[in-house]
Amino acid sequence: MHNLANLFFESFQHGVHPPEHKKHTDTLPTQRMPFLARYILPLNQNLGAPPNPIVKVGDRVLRGQPIAEPAAFFSTTLHSPVTGWIRAIGNRRVAEGGFQSAIEIEADPYATQRLDPQPRPDWRKMSRDELAKEVQRAGIVGLGGAALPAHVKYVLREGVKIRTLIANGAECEPYLTNDHRLMVERPQALLQGIEILQTLLGAEQSIIGVELNKPDAIAELRRHILPDQPIRVEPLRVKYPQGDSKMLIKALLGIEVPPGVRSADLGIIMNNVGTITAIADWFEQGMPYIDRRVTVSGPGVKNSANLLVPLGTPVREVLRFCGGLREDTKEVLVGGPMMGVSIASLDAPIIKISGGILAFTAQEADRPVEYPCIRCGRCVEACPYFLNPSKLARLAKARLFEEMKNVGVGECVECGSCTYVCPSGIPIVQLIRSARADIRRRKG
Amino acid sequence: MTIKDPKLRVLPSPILKQQQTSPKVMRDVIYALIPATIAGIWLFGIGAFLVLAGAIAGAILGEYWFSDPNVRIYRLKDASAVLTGLLLGLTLPPALPVWMAFLGGLFAIGIGKIIWGGLGQNNFNPALVGRAFLLATFPTAMTTWHAPTGLATVYKSNLALPFLSGKYDAITAATPLNLMKFQHQGTGFWDLFLGSTAGSIGETSMVLLLLGGIYLVLQRALDWRIPVGILASVAVFTGILWLYDTAMYPDPIFALNSGGLMLGAWYMATDPVTSPMSPRGAWIFAVGVGLLIVLIRIFGGFPEGVMYAILLMNAVTPLVDRVTQPRLFGTPKTSMFTWGKK
Repeated sequence: MHNLANLFFESFQHGVHPPEHKKHTDTLPTQRMPFLARYILPLNQNLGAPPNPIVKVGDRVLRGQPIAEPAAFFSTTLHSPVTGWIRAIGNRRVAEGGFQSAIEIEADPYATQRLDPQPRPDWRKMSRDELAKEVQRAGIVGLGGAALPAHVKYVLREGVKIRTLIANGAECEPYLTNDHRLMVERPQALLQGIEILQTLLGAEQSIIGVELNKPDAIAELRRHILPDQPIRVEPLRVKYPQGDSKMLIKALLGIEVPPGVRSADLGIIMNNVGTITAIADWFEQGMPYIDRRVTVSGPGVKNSANLLVPLGTPVREVLRFCGGLREDTKEVLVGGPMMGVSIASLDAPIIKISGGILAFTAQEADRPVEYPCIRCGRCVEACPYFLNPSKLARLAKARLFEEMKNVGVGECVECGSCTYVCPSGIPIVQLIRSARADIRRRKG
Repeated sequence: MTIKDPKLRVLPSPILKQQQTSPKVMRDVIYALIPATIAGIWLFGIGAFLVLAGAIAGAILGEYWFSDPNVRIYRLKDASAVLTGLLLGLTLPPALPVWMAFLGGLFAIGIGKIIWGGLGQNNFNPALVGRAFLLATFPTAMTTWHAPTGLATVYKSNLALPFLSGKYDAITAATPLNLMKFQHQGTGFWDLFLGSTAGSIGETSMVLLLLGGIYLVLQRALDWRIPVGILASVAVFTGILWLYDTAMYPDPIFALNSGGLMLGAWYMATDPVTSPMSPRGAWIFAVGVGLLIVLIRIFGGFPEGVMYAILLMNAVTPLVDRVTQPRLFGTPKTSMFTWGKK
């Protein structure tokens, strides 16, 4: 339906349009996942330094109580998602593979698991720096997938004036519908969060960028915006990777943020709609970030669903709640199908940025046979950052990492558009990822 | 109920994949050429079929012999050798001795592709390398043309023994471009368009080549900018000359309709390996090919210039790629010639 209309809406250049697969879940109301017996909370849930645990084994904790404090500026608080007891602090499996240090919590079966309402100080009287401190205290990270501690964006350089706040509701990853459901189900909370940020950051206007494939979200948000509010909803052409911050800025404002420049320096701050709603929840209800919206979908899942899952819930339990996996499931991804990670064990827990659990059977999970690059240039026409992915892949294979830096590998956001279009089945984005990991290892 | 861990595979994202694959693109080009190929056989007879078969056999055996023994079977699967052989065969005269066609196929793959490092590494279009080799080695055989005489025809020269050039039938004919160049004699539009003229096996029927090309554009198997750019620039450059002197120079319709232009523009210049990657580069490449075709056809020693025009532009493709590197997102356009300097 929106395919024709698509052509008439603004967007960024290049990019791809994979099959959306959102129909399976985009009308399913979000269900709250019941509480379980055990939760595993990896400490490292944000970009930067993992927070330091402030609890001991055996301690009793309440739902919403801090269990780890920020270790640095680039770090956020971690809260217990349940009332219960700390059972262990040690290494546990995580989605990215391998083990990381985590806190294991046993839920109290007799606790109500209701969050005690803790009124926060009035945000209207706050300064921008206080806002940043509060957001750090709330444990909020960039929920679009970057996991950058959210408060970092609110600490601005001297003399910077913010003009525009952008709420990122693009949700361009196929299959995922959790932001979509959030906008449909809680438009007022989102608008409340926008008002808080817009006021405290001193922005003149706010724009909510939503792709055309979420017409109900667009309508619902528009219905709740008051006539005098400087907030507008901007429908966007359906295109991947529109949710990338620089691409969304280009699509909405026509501005290309140069390499190495923070969008804040151009007067723009962007947050995911989930992040903004989480901020509203903290100021209105004293609710820290402990429940994650997760879309469970894909051909390998028996019952697709949108769920509200306490952090630390193992993927296995989420899948069990959805009726289990089909027998022929071959791959389970955490995140979207373009940028998610496939997990080796279902014991990996949901963390702050796990927006989706997708299960695939062999038919979809098979990666293509790799043929030599035929220089067709499809990747060049797909790359939203105007890189030459074919060249980067060739350099990565030859391990010419310095050369890769010269042709702009630093700008790559690893969106995978190049790999999606490559007719030779070359895992271009993976070659770039491993090359970058190699560069980092050498430095460190 | 518990969920047993299925044997989960850990593979890099993205898991989604566009349907197009390189072998599929190659096969699509082959399918697009089938009507023109059948027409060629219909017009020039079994002899033409033997030439095509010889070129394809040479290409396949070339791929097999020259490739690393460990990967040769896998290499054949990408169908690019069959395509190269077919393209080469379509550019050959129907009465060519079959062994020459076979040798051309062998050379096209061996010297045109494998020694560069295989598929994707060659600088020049392999089929045209094979044809250039044949033209340089067997100039007489490669420029002896026949008017179409129907399906039953097998030329005596087709069956010449290896390393012998064979006797030619007395009735040879000149191609429309030959007639134009050396006798200033035109050929009717419909003869050219439908293909009932002397010429290479596959270059005579413009309408079938055009339909195949359009099919490929719809399949997104080729970059439409290249054929469009070549045809437009040939029309424009010929048009300028024709307007200057209508008696001396051929009209643009004739230029578009004759020789190997359609075959070259749609199926050879568009070889992704040997044409530029960026859209801007494709335009530069296409206009270059078009200009060279007109220059060679009208001012050069040969009546036909498509092959050399494409090969020459293949040679500058790396340079074109270099000066048309896309600018990075968020950076201003750089001048064409300063890119890459630090």
